[in-house]
Amino acid sequence: MSRLDQIFVLTGHWLAGWAPAALRPLASAVLAIACIMAVFATCFALTTLAERKLLGRMQNRFGPNRVGPCGLFQPVADGVKMLIKEDIVPFSADKTLHFLAPIVLTVPIWLAFAVLPFGRNMTAIDLDGGILFFFAIGSASELAVFMAGWSSQNKYSVVGAMRAIAQMISYEVPLVLSTVPVLMLAGSLSLNDIVAAQGTYAFGWLARWNVFTPWGLAGLFLFLIAATAESNRSPFDLPEGESEIIAGYLTEYSGFKYALFFLGEYVGLFAGAGLGVTLFLGGWHAPVKGLEWAPSWLWFGVKFAALIFLFIWARATLPRLRLDQLLNFAWRFMVPLSLVNLLVAAAWYWTGAWPFGGAAPIRWVLCAGLFIFPYHWLGRALRGPLPPPRKYSYAE
Amino acid sequence: MTTPLANYLIVAALLFSVGLAGALARRNAVLVLIGLELMLNAANLNFIAFWRFGPHAERLAGLMFVIFSIAVAAAEVAVGLALVIAVYRHRRTAQLDRLDSLKG
Amino acid sequence: MLNEIIFLLCASLTLAGAVAAMMLRNLVHCALCAAGAFAGLAALYLQLDAQFVGLAQLLIYVGAIAILIVFTIMLTRGDEVRPGASIASPLWWVGLPVGALVLACLVGAIMASPSLLRLPAGAVHAPVRKIGEALMNRYVMPLQAVGLLLTAALLGAVAIGLREPRDAESKTQ
Repeated sequence: MSRLDQIFVLTGHWLAGWAPAALRPLASAVLAIACIMAVFATCFALTTLAERKLLGRMQNRFGPNRVGPCGLFQPVADGVKMLIKEDIVPFSADKTLHFLAPIVLTVPIWLAFAVLPFGRNMTAIDLDGGILFFFAIGSASELAVFMAGWSSQNKYSVVGAMRAIAQMISYEVPLVLSTVPVLMLAGSLSLNDIVAAQGTYAFGWLARWNVFTPWGLAGLFLFLIAATAESNRSPFDLPEGESEIIAGYLTEYSGFKYALFFLGEYVGLFAGAGLGVTLFLGGWHAPVKGLEWAPSWLWFGVKFAALIFLFIWARATLPRLRLDQLLNFAWRFMVPLSLVNLLVAAAWYWTGAWPFGGAAPIRWVLCAGLFIFPYHWLGRALRGPLPPPRKYSYAE
Repeated sequence: MTTPLANYLIVAALLFSVGLAGALARRNAVLVLIGLELMLNAANLNFIAFWRFGPHAERLAGLMFVIFSIAVAAAEVAVGLALVIAVYRHRRTAQLDRLDSLKG
Repeated sequence: MLNEIIFLLCASLTLAGAVAAMMLRNLVHCALCAAGAFAGLAALYLQLDAQFVGLAQLLIYVGAIAILIVFTIMLTRGDEVRPGASIASPLWWVGLPVGALVLACLVGAIMASPSLLRLPAGAVHAPVRKIGEALMNRYVMPLQAVGLLLTAALLGAVAIGLREPRDAESKTQ
């Protein structure tokens, strides 16, 4: 089945072979870019539909089901609507920045897909500092949020932009810190090396994904929460909450520019989910040894879809956090827990040298305890005063 | 790599002089800090260029210097901007020529 | 050939950003052009095979320092431009010649040394692993010192930027 596994790679080589020899690297790069953009743009369309239908189902109603079978052409209808809307730019807005902001937001986020390993031998660029590239590119898109908010010359936009930036820089710290245990134990910043380090099988059949370790489980949760906050998604969507601040920094955008912002937000979510799969869920490896016959890109896709479902589920379930709750949560809960996670990962590494192989449960309990006690204490300490017991009064 | 070392050094020199001229000639305190950052960046470019074109590139000395320089510049900019904000709160201005109460 | 085109592109982006940062009237435009200059510099570092430093430059300068500068401009009402006011300080006639003099000295020194017209000897590899080993072995003292410095800067910036409580303010006034 390795032909099916490498089908994209082999097709890419065959197509690039048509180019003259001097232009072959350029041709294969362009092919990789086109493939990534096509796949993730389709994924974006399907995710908008899936989100609306899943949100509907979780709220005990159908999602969109009029346009096409099961509403499958709804993204097309949405796209047409966005494209034919009038592009209104406010009179006193800063025209250059207003025009550039959606572009500066979307371009770096697409760049982040260049280092993700989508399957065996399917990384566009294998950088030595792959994760650093990912985070650097992610932080470069924050200025675009400011540009969008400030150039609209609208007080709500500016306040929304400031809140959005404060949220994004606050959650960047736990995002990066929660990935540091993975880097520590894999010994490399390159995403291919990290996936390869999760490729062996414990007990002969269970994969050594990072999520099956205590620090990996905690790290995955911290990473997912931080990734939700980084892409301004509910329950962290205060910057664009319609009931709070109209649409925050997106207020003065309409038509295709709004579509670009929307696209940028979802593509950022995909990049975060892709990184989560790579770092914690074993990348393109199968979970059990018996299932290795399925193509690696299919495994990546399945895990990726699972994470996207988790994000949609969180959106449907949790209420929106207020700004001070959000920032407190980041700085006073998640940052200390990420540091504790680092200690737990170090403890896991050192207890790995314990002589008896059956020490695995003891290791697990010890390291999990090392994480759970600070989590419990910190949660209790930061809970604040509980409301007094309610007094009910009934009509006679 | 077909660009000679002198090209990078000239870019660094231009960047440094633009930063210096701007830091000395602008009125707003934040712009002086931006000029300072441009000067630091020019020096970093110089270090990296000499590291790359120099004889002992495997010793990573130039790279290390730039890593520490970036960290120190970040710390300095944070404290400098906090100072500008504190001064603004007292004197309601960030223009350097109005902050002359120690003059004479 | 391609190398030189990329170098010219990145260098002109950097210099254009720097000149715009120092010459524009609107402070927010200045800050954003400075961020563009930092990004151009990151591209130059990447071209010089300093991968870690280039990405760190993007992460720190564009992702943190530029945002700090923009926040400060917003907090000090720098975005309210008063028409007619001069953007140059009273001593600008000293500043510009000093800059030109420094440029002349540096460029003169560069042009006068023929050894600077060389091309590099060979390929250079600076993998992150080697940087990490160097940081932990040879440069561990500067690393600890920088850690201390960053902690002090963090605490200092917060302490300086903190709003004074109401009663202290009324006492000083």
